[in-house]
Amino acid sequence: MNTLTNLTIDKALDGLKNKEFTSVELTQAHIDMMEKHNNLYAYITETPEIALKQAKASDEKRGTGNEIGILEGIPLAIKDLFCTYDVQTTASSRILEGFKPKYESTVTTNLFNNGAVMLGKTNMDEFAMGSSTTTSYYGNTINPWRRKDDLNQDLVPGGSSGGSASAVSAQLCMGATGTDTGGSIRQPASFCGISGIKPTYGRCSRWGVIAFASSLDQPGCFARSVKDNALILQAMAGHDPKDSTSANKPVPNFAAAIDGNIKGKTIGVPKEYRVDGMPEEILKLWEQGIEWLHDAGAKTVEVSLPHTHYALATYYIIAPAECSSNLARYDGVRYGPRADESDLLDMYEITRAQGFGDEVKRRIMIGTYVLSSGYYDAYYIKAQKVRRLILQDFLKAFETCDALITPTAPSAAFAIGENENDPIKMYLNDVFTVPASLAGLPGMSLPAGVDPQGLPLGLQVIGRPWDEETVFKVAGVIENLANFTARPQILL
Amino acid sequence: MSLSKEEVKKVAGLARLRMNDEEMERLAPQLSNIIGFIEQLSELDTDNVEPLANVVDITLPLREDVVSDGNCGEEILANSQDANQGYFVVPKVIE
Repeated sequence: MNTLTNLTIDKALDGLKNKEFTSVELTQAHIDMMEKHNNLYAYITETPEIALKQAKASDEKRGTGNEIGILEGIPLAIKDLFCTYDVQTTASSRILEGFKPKYESTVTTNLFNNGAVMLGKTNMDEFAMGSSTTTSYYGNTINPWRRKDDLNQDLVPGGSSGGSASAVSAQLCMGATGTDTGGSIRQPASFCGISGIKPTYGRCSRWGVIAFASSLDQPGCFARSVKDNALILQAMAGHDPKDSTSANKPVPNFAAAIDGNIKGKTIGVPKEYRVDGMPEEILKLWEQGIEWLHDAGAKTVEVSLPHTHYALATYYIIAPAECSSNLARYDGVRYGPRADESDLLDMYEITRAQGFGDEVKRRIMIGTYVLSSGYYDAYYIKAQKVRRLILQDFLKAFETCDALITPTAPSAAFAIGENENDPIKMYLNDVFTVPASLAGLPGMSLPAGVDPQGLPLGLQVIGRPWDEETVFKVAGVIENLANFTARPQILL
Repeated sequence: MSLSKEEVKKVAGLARLRMNDEEMERLAPQLSNIIGFIEQLSELDTDNVEPLANVVDITLPLREDVVSDGNCGEEILANSQDANQGYFVVPKVIE
């Protein structure tokens, strides 16, 4: 096993500090792993030259004794939804093939200012619409995990940030950025046996992140430990005047919150998340999670989130509505391929028909329909009203508890091709993650056990608005007690 | 709730998506299913509920009314398939 790629970020920072290895060596080890496991298709664009240049600069910076960044010399992967200067950024869509932004997203700027090294841009569902990373124009990403009884069957890494999750799990990077609109960080983290956090809406700037549903989209990250996530989020987050929904609030020291002490905390268990047909092993893991919290000295209480049942329907009005509006900009004029037509309307319509995949078209169509004249109040305004009821449910629950514990997803990773012909079945993957997204709350998934096939299962911790610290604290305790040591077969 | 092919055609036009008959026929039942699914919200009483557009409790900030960028015409045009003399070129619209 390659020992450098096996490290957590936390340990690698120690190694760099103690001159046990350089960032160039650490980065090269990951580039070698990317080459070795390129059949996972985790990356759309690999940027080894940029990575080695950044790593060299980082090593030089360390050598001078100047102040260093939180992630100084750490190689990361960047979801292909973040605009990166002069590096192709596609959102996994054909309609952005060849697009090389002339600006850098605020999140990646913050990461680079903190010393991070970029290994490449990771695959995802097209425009972040999906839960499987099978809607990418650039092919499917494969989950490094396999079922014990069927080692030949390729499984999905979840989505939309499936490339990032697969890359972190297979040690093709030390951590990665993701974005989460309805579960796009937490569900793939659960499917790939790693941890990932979606912070409070407004914690990270959306500037330079290709927009899907602006009132829900939020950047976050993946890593192989809770503390590593705290370090990456610390480096990404912060106020940005270029995003009007970015909060002007100080960023706390997230890693410091992971102190193992949850004595006196009360954790809520939402009874509506006990849905029909949930696999036995997921219910059992959830019970186990509650027990771990008791062992650590926390109290748990049952809470009610009565509008949970309506969250998915609300989401599948608001997200497509905002997507149809955001994706109106792709007309072939300013970026991406353009259909060669002599009539302007033909050019627009054919460019878009050729450029978007089926799932994106479905969502644009639903969004256009619910926003169209005569339906706007019945669907869009109605969904915004139910969204308020869902937020109020959470705020009421937080009057009696400090955080919530739930399963992350209703299943382990499924096979590529499964759920494909039934959009609604696919949407049900996000049943436990969508409500917190609608309420803008921070949520973290961490691996806590495996199913009978040896596939990882995640638990989710949801916190109050702006209280990522409690989320990290509780997740850190569960991580410690769960002692999840399983690894994907390809690493054994 | 079921969407007719005519309705799908109208929405596709509004969304500027060119579709042939076969595609519209394939899409109509899928969209009808999704519309059927989201219609469950109608069973909820929301008469006295204010719509929620933004979940974070921050007011939209204003900035000083000063020029903050510019002189980046070339960069803006750099990704276009057809740019000429500082302009995006599109098919002729005015006869």
